[in-house]
Amino acid sequence: MVTVRLNVNGVAHEGRCEPRKLLADFIREDLGLTGTHVGCEHGICGACTIMFNGEAARSCIMLAVQADGAELMTVEGLMRDGKLHPLQEAFREHHALQCGFCTPGMLITALDLLRTNPSPNDREIREGISAVLCRCTGYQGIVNAVRAAAPILVAGR
Amino acid sequence: MTEHRAGATAPTALPRLVGARVARREDGRFLTGQGSYVDDHRPARLLYAAFLRSPHAHARVVSIAASAALTLPGVAAVLTGEDVARSAKPVRAASKTPAVKVTSFPPLALGKVRHVGEAVVMVAAESRYVAEDAVERILVEYEPIPVVTDMEQALRPESPLLHDEAGTNLLVSREFGRGDVDEALAGAALVVRERFRFHRHTPVCMENRGCLAEYATGSGTLTLRSSAQCPGLVRDVLSDLLDMPEHRIRVIAADVGGGFGAKASLYPEEIATCVMARRLGRPVKWIGDRREDLLATTHAWDEIVEAELGVDRDGAIVGLRAQVTADVGAYSIYPWTAAIEPVQTISFLPGPYRVPTYRGRTRGVATCKAPLGPYRGVGRPPAVFVIEGLMDRAARQLGMDPTEIRLRNFVRDEEFPYKSPSGIVWDRASFTASLLRACEALDYAAVRAEQSRARAEGRWLGVGVASYVELTGIGSAIPVSPGMPIATGTEAATIRFDPAGKVTAVFGIASHGQGLETTLAQIVADEVGVPIDDVRVIHGDTEVSPYGTGTYASRSLVLAGGAAILAGRAVREKMLVIAGHLLEADPADVVMTDGRWAVRGMLDRSVAVREIARAAYTGARRLPTGLEPGLEATRFYDPYYGTASNATHVAVVEVDRETCEVKPLRYVVVEDCGRMVNPLIVDGQVHGGVAQGLGAALLEEVVYDDQGQLLSGTLMDYVVPSACEVPWMEVHHLETPSPVALGGFRGMGEGGTIGAPAAIANAVADALVPLGIEIAELPVTPDRLFRLIERARARG
Repeated sequence: MVTVRLNVNGVAHEGRCEPRKLLADFIREDLGLTGTHVGCEHGICGACTIMFNGEAARSCIMLAVQADGAELMTVEGLMRDGKLHPLQEAFREHHALQCGFCTPGMLITALDLLRTNPSPNDREIREGISAVLCRCTGYQGIVNAVRAAAPILVAGR
Repeated sequence: MTEHRAGATAPTALPRLVGARVARREDGRFLTGQGSYVDDHRPARLLYAAFLRSPHAHARVVSIAASAALTLPGVAAVLTGEDVARSAKPVRAASKTPAVKVTSFPPLALGKVRHVGEAVVMVAAESRYVAEDAVERILVEYEPIPVVTDMEQALRPESPLLHDEAGTNLLVSREFGRGDVDEALAGAALVVRERFRFHRHTPVCMENRGCLAEYATGSGTLTLRSSAQCPGLVRDVLSDLLDMPEHRIRVIAADVGGGFGAKASLYPEEIATCVMARRLGRPVKWIGDRREDLLATTHAWDEIVEAELGVDRDGAIVGLRAQVTADVGAYSIYPWTAAIEPVQTISFLPGPYRVPTYRGRTRGVATCKAPLGPYRGVGRPPAVFVIEGLMDRAARQLGMDPTEIRLRNFVRDEEFPYKSPSGIVWDRASFTASLLRACEALDYAAVRAEQSRARAEGRWLGVGVASYVELTGIGSAIPVSPGMPIATGTEAATIRFDPAGKVTAVFGIASHGQGLETTLAQIVADEVGVPIDDVRVIHGDTEVSPYGTGTYASRSLVLAGGAAILAGRAVREKMLVIAGHLLEADPADVVMTDGRWAVRGMLDRSVAVREIARAAYTGARRLPTGLEPGLEATRFYDPYYGTASNATHVAVVEVDRETCEVKPLRYVVVEDCGRMVNPLIVDGQVHGGVAQGLGAALLEEVVYDDQGQLLSGTLMDYVVPSACEVPWMEVHHLETPSPVALGGFRGMGEGGTIGAPAAIANAVADALVPLGIEIAELPVTPDRLFRLIERARARG
């Protein structure tokens, strides 16, 4: 067993786990943050995407020990002062989710896209979110939501 | 059949919610990571399960040595097929028709394995990691036997037999017909024929299947959390298999990460997990990984359809003759049986057309692959691919436009209700209107002109049309799957006011992405006259809901929505009586206005909903003499035959001359699901359905080798469309209220997937008209297209 110390959503955590434990499992089981979902465990579907030191990363193909000393943000960290993040608001308004399973990874991925490209066109949005598979929405609501949220995030900077 | 007033109005002056684009009630928890999927639950003393799965497609299980697994620290128990057989009956998907051979589907392999990935041994341990370590320490000795993976070879007498008890691999055999089709085709001006092949597909819900069983020894109750679409069905069958009364079994399907039909069947892992939990008296959880999902979740389609369509000189259909062969895989799944896909295909082959003579024969053949099961569209995506492909072939040969031949053959508006040659009745539909509207939305003439210009430049641009009709909201008159003896024709709603005037509405259906918490709340709120924020919808929990089965077959909005209307009306009538009493007025004179109940013409004499609700629970002093206290009602609804939705899809594609990639440029849908409850949600269902149909047409294919090894066992090999492959979709609506379903609603969850494969296939064929290429095989991947083009060029 090894000790993992990390900061998640602004809160310091310390846990002990086997060196082989996946980061996604550590987040869900040891930290109890079940908003991060596991969909494929081979790095394709993107449901497990989190922010890792400020960049989107797939937590299902990382080990928890790799996150020692890291700063993470998961979907639970998006709200501020009890209010939905503008991206969350846009997802709701534009029906960008159905079953909700890919949604945490999709939100983090979209946020990462808007961090690196604050005013993407539709093609760039589609490329940006293609890192996450959604089986419900056909992506149309998601594209609409990201497009709508982009100027709000820019204005909020 | 009972006559219903379609679209009956509730006495409310609040803004009507049915028909409004209401943002979803369920989104708050999903957006913040607070969903309640099976894997999010971790009760105390939980054990984690893992399955050892067969590496062989067909083999006898000679011996199982598990001692090395049992001695591993943290391992609680190991179960084999024989262990489970002592505690649970085998699953047998019964059928009332002799057309279906009933075979057993043991939860863990008994004696032999019939497909790669079949569960053989189950381990429960302190963590999934340890459980998987234990699986690796189990030694199973197999004796391989000859494998059959080709459905046509499986029909030969010398072929290896999967189920000795059936005596044949032909598990399903059925025929539908009307009139003398042989004579009609012999006399037809033109007969087009084709051998169509729609390859194997798998649903890929983003949440893999999983379940969590807890057995309380003190009370003798079993609670199963499952990623199921049909908690009621699972509860009923577990009662039989485990020999426990239904009222001691609770099945909860809270949040489910997509279903698409794949989670509408009973699965072996659910039974084994219950057996393990009951044996150990500890909670046991199994969460499948993606490999297990691709190996052992039911697949779809996998059909060969040999079909002939005869038309007269003007393009009017004179007859349709078809032979369907479906590879149903290794097992007949519960409760739908192996018949669901192949029989549904011949049921829907005639499409929205007047087909005077028809014969559809179908065969379901067992092979050493994962079982076939229901998946969005069930049988209809292949059926529509076939009939729409034949219509285009006939049109091309007659020099007609694809829209013209369809308009000539659609069942006309004055012919409804129309009985199709397979016996299905279309209550009323907008076949013609949907096609005309789609052409208008697309600007069909302009697109054809653009196509001419593109062709002149040597570009391969094509337009594909597909029209279809689907049976939805099926009631008690017909089984959802042919011959299936279990009842699926009803659903119920309980609507309950609390004394503070807030409403809880409980349903037996289960929502797994469709937004039923929102749409049903809209219906309830309208019926009882409260704001939507005052309605809470509860579903997917057999312990708290009235009897029901679940969500499948595009039924929930029709059946549960109808039940909500009936229960809502019952509650509202009682509210009128109580309001009349409180207002000292005749209940017939009480009206609802701005959230208050008032005496007609004297709006200052009014009571609030909460005053009515409080009075209902206060007892005799506030209620009319003899009126039973309380304010709730449970009502069941049975739409009897059910209803139907229809749509026309038009795709514009370009085939890349270099890469043979098919790029959808435009995609137009005109759908008619009757009265829409929430257009936002209807759009979302269409978008998602089209994306899945597009995947089926262009990308997705389950591939086995000739030894039954799955070659598409990761999401790198099985290609689900990403945002880059899905085009912008233009969705338009027609609203022809159902004349037979309460509220005028028609179900619509599956349609997008039904129309898209045909529309894409027809568009690709249209693009390649200069080369004379027909598309008879889906998915039409770049390599398939490359070969077709090379062959056409070689022909010159």
